Amino acid sequence: MADPMKIRAAMAGDKVEVKVLMSHEMESGQRKDAKGQTIPAWFIQNVTATHNGRTVLSAEWGPAVAKNPFLSFRFAGGKPGDKVVITWTDNHGDKRTDEATIA
Amino acid sequence: MNTGRRNVLKGTGGMAALGLALAAGLLKPGSAWADAWNKAAFETKSLNDAVKALGGAPPAESKDIAINSPDIAENGAVVPFTVSSKIPKTESIALLVEKNPNILAANFQIPDGTEPWVNTRIKMGQTSNVFALVKADGKYYYASKEVKVTLGGCGG
Repeated sequence: MADPMKIRAAMAGDKVEVKVLMSHEMESGQRKDAKGQTIPAWFIQNVTATHNGRTVLSAEWGPAVAKNPFLSFRFAGGKPGDKVVITWTDNHGDKRTDEATIA
Repeated sequence: MNTGRRNVLKGTGGMAALGLALAAGLLKPGSAWADAWNKAAFETKSLNDAVKALGGAPPAESKDIAINSPDIAENGAVVPFTVSSKIPKTESIALLVEKNPNILAANFQIPDGTEPWVNTRIKMGQTSNVFALVKADGKYYYASKEVKVTLGGCGG
């Protein structure tokens, strides 16, 4: 199981701004190791963010997203104290879900 | 024609292809999560092919899409991008790097109530045009920007 995400959700005007930092290798599948063998791709494929059970953002990622991915977005309809839940799934089927309270 | 010999000659190029094939093979046995990932789109090499794989017609250039990024990225492994769209009914925002091995980097679905604005960091193999592709009201639009890369972030 991967390390927890760092999630920050705060009001920015009437919207909620969410910032997420995930801990993941995001191996591109292009690199070679010391023996010249290609290191297989290992990357987050799907990211979903929900607020009160409603999806506020979903994403499909390729291996070109940078290592330890950062993501930020803004959505309307949230208020302080609400929870934002983020889930990612990688191409090994590994999964991680974390949540944060809107400040 | 001795095809066996040709394959040997292609050696190193073949290794990369094998790695990709292996990764692709690993994806297949997956269950529900695999379905939600558009494998075909992530294997395309050009903007038009990517849009086609996403199910759209060739996109039109739009001035209502803003790409915010450094003009020169010193480290291609981490290039920050902010994309915003002023096109009404924006449904999705994708980031594509023209000269990466596969053009599509990320595709964000923007539901109602979420601002058509995303900020993320992607890898760039070399200096390249970067496209922001926006789907709005069923149609595709794009904007492009050249980002110079001092040190590539894909191979090595």
